[in-house]
Amino acid sequence: MPLEVVTGNHAAGHALSFAGEANRTGRGTACGIYPITPQTEIVERVAAFPFSKGRVVAVESEHSAMAVTMGASVAGARAFTASSSNGLAYMVENIMVTGFYRLPVVMVAVNRTLGPPWNIWADQGDTLMLRDFPWIQLYAANNQEVHDLTLVAFRLAEDHRILLPVLVCMDAFIVSHTQAETDLATQEQVDAYLPDLDLPHRLDQDHPRALGSMVWPDATVSHRVDVDEAMQRVPQVLDECREAFAEVFGRDPSGPIESWHTEDADTVLVTSATVATTARRVVERRRAAGERVGLVKMRLFRPFPESALREACGAARRIGVLDRDYAAGMGGVWWQDTRAAFQGDALARLIQNYLVGVGGGDVTPELIDGILDDLATRQVAAPPVWVEVEGALARGAVAQPATADLEVGT
Amino acid sequence: MSTVESTLTIPDIPCSEECLLRAGNTNCGGCGMTLGLNMLGRALAEADQQCQLAIPACCGIVAAGAFPTTAYSAPTVATTFAAAAAVASGMVAIRDLNGESHQVICWAGDGGTYDIGLATLSAAAERNEDIVYICYDNEIYGNTGGQRSSATPPGARTTTTPAGKQEAKKDIMGIMAAHGIPYAATISVAHPDDARRKFLRAFETRGMKFLLIHSPCPTGWKSEPGDSVQLVRLAVRSGLFPLFEVFDGIRYRVNAEPDWADPAEYFARQRRFPPDAVDLDTTRRVCRERFIRLHTLAGAFPA
Repeated sequence: MPLEVVTGNHAAGHALSFAGEANRTGRGTACGIYPITPQTEIVERVAAFPFSKGRVVAVESEHSAMAVTMGASVAGARAFTASSSNGLAYMVENIMVTGFYRLPVVMVAVNRTLGPPWNIWADQGDTLMLRDFPWIQLYAANNQEVHDLTLVAFRLAEDHRILLPVLVCMDAFIVSHTQAETDLATQEQVDAYLPDLDLPHRLDQDHPRALGSMVWPDATVSHRVDVDEAMQRVPQVLDECREAFAEVFGRDPSGPIESWHTEDADTVLVTSATVATTARRVVERRRAAGERVGLVKMRLFRPFPESALREACGAARRIGVLDRDYAAGMGGVWWQDTRAAFQGDALARLIQNYLVGVGGGDVTPELIDGILDDLATRQVAAPPVWVEVEGALARGAVAQPATADLEVGT
Repeated sequence: MSTVESTLTIPDIPCSEECLLRAGNTNCGGCGMTLGLNMLGRALAEADQQCQLAIPACCGIVAAGAFPTTAYSAPTVATTFAAAAAVASGMVAIRDLNGESHQVICWAGDGGTYDIGLATLSAAAERNEDIVYICYDNEIYGNTGGQRSSATPPGARTTTTPAGKQEAKKDIMGIMAAHGIPYAATISVAHPDDARRKFLRAFETRGMKFLLIHSPCPTGWKSEPGDSVQLVRLAVRSGLFPLFEVFDGIRYRVNAEPDWADPAEYFARQRRFPPDAVDLDTTRRVCRERFIRLHTLAGAFPA
């Protein structure tokens, strides 16, 4: 299909609608929808789609949007929705339940700052707050990734080895409202990529079961272990979903993480989404100038790809984690998990957190240059640095120490 | 004036594993919810209808029992407290897309209906979803040990209204009728024939159905289990709980005329009402006015 110039929201709405339509030979599709800036265009697009076996239910709240989606899913349909920010917070109870019910729902989330103070710009704190729920989380950096990962999400979620819902996340406005050339799938391609959903535990008149009734602690443990095992299978199944995608679409939707110049880097930046896109340009420029810097772009957040991240960082002694989010009393969420991934690592590494673009501020190449300059001066890891706060960077800068002097980041 | 004919004759459908609520559940003695579920099950069997249940947090889902067993013979989803009508909307959508014919039934308590689930229910009613929404109203958060809900009547002592509730009971029937839904009706478990007819009517009606069951709860009402049916019968006789139907939100039919039995006995036989907690003169006046209003509506807009 020729490239079209569309927004990230358009790309998401297109992928969701075509995925739903692809299940017309199965039990159909349905979703509950509710508006919130900046995702509204997604559900508008879905509402306008001429489903041949589908129903779009415009409800009164995000809580009900996910409830309708859950009801459709448990009845065996392909079900999805979209939300953002405080909408996700209002939806949270049913997000959790959808995961624990092992329903292969796909939700596109546009990452928007949680309020108050009220702010509609990009910040990942809204979806990262869902980190402890049984949802797979993928972060897209551009319109094509939004489109491709949304389709991959259905195949991954519906695989019987997984049966977990998937969040596909994109930055507010920077992706959601920015038009870019995007290769949009045809219905024939999506039909070929997504087999009809077969939910093994769907409601069945011939085999009546009660979903979600009381259990004792031992059965709860079994349930959580099942979730954990499914989560552990995600990297393998995701690889298979990528391969199948490449066969149909002729391109790789790309995997859990992507890295550039890390093999011999002494300094690596770890980040995600559009911040990674900007960071890549900075890293390429500084590489060309002879600096041994590299970049790891994270797409998969849950399950957290610990070993892939460790491997990608190679022997780098300085790791800067850039978070467009803030967990109160702690720091960046990506940083916390990155630190944990290096627990017990043989190398002494400095793992420094930079809170940058929180609340949707522009993360410019100049800011990332400042981060790399700062990272080069530090001998020990400091508490998370608020990059845009004046004087936060290069505080007490000293001559670059020998790497042997570095302490493990704490 | 006499109460509606309410014999206890029921269709000859044995309670077996084919019943909606199977034997062996752990519900309390004298539980009105249990009676309501059995009446619902018999009506389903009589109408040769299958169903799926969406049950929010309430005794109704506890009644399913502990995994992997279930007391329900129909597919059942435990929904979040506020979400029953929305989950059922998704279930109905997929039922209809696949040409299936089972009833989708929400079975919710008053907390999940009058309080936390009201916005969800209102939205489902506004969309006229093809759901049978049944509220078994025991006028209390029973499952959590007896706290006030907006269905708790004035004077009732609960753990969160230790001095007795001051406020009136919310008029949920008025709220649901105001949505203009095809069918809304009240049910007393002391009137099984009337209940049967209303269940069957609900199954035949396309769109949103709302059934309100006055459901005695001996644990919460501090009453004798053996008194349950007599108590709710007394509520009908004294005009405290009118039996009526509303069609399309406009046409009314009153199903039982009170004989205006003294409501004092109703209150005296429940220890949730401390002595003198209920102003009986006001109660009698409110009941009479309610019936004048219902008859006025039924006269102007007969069913």
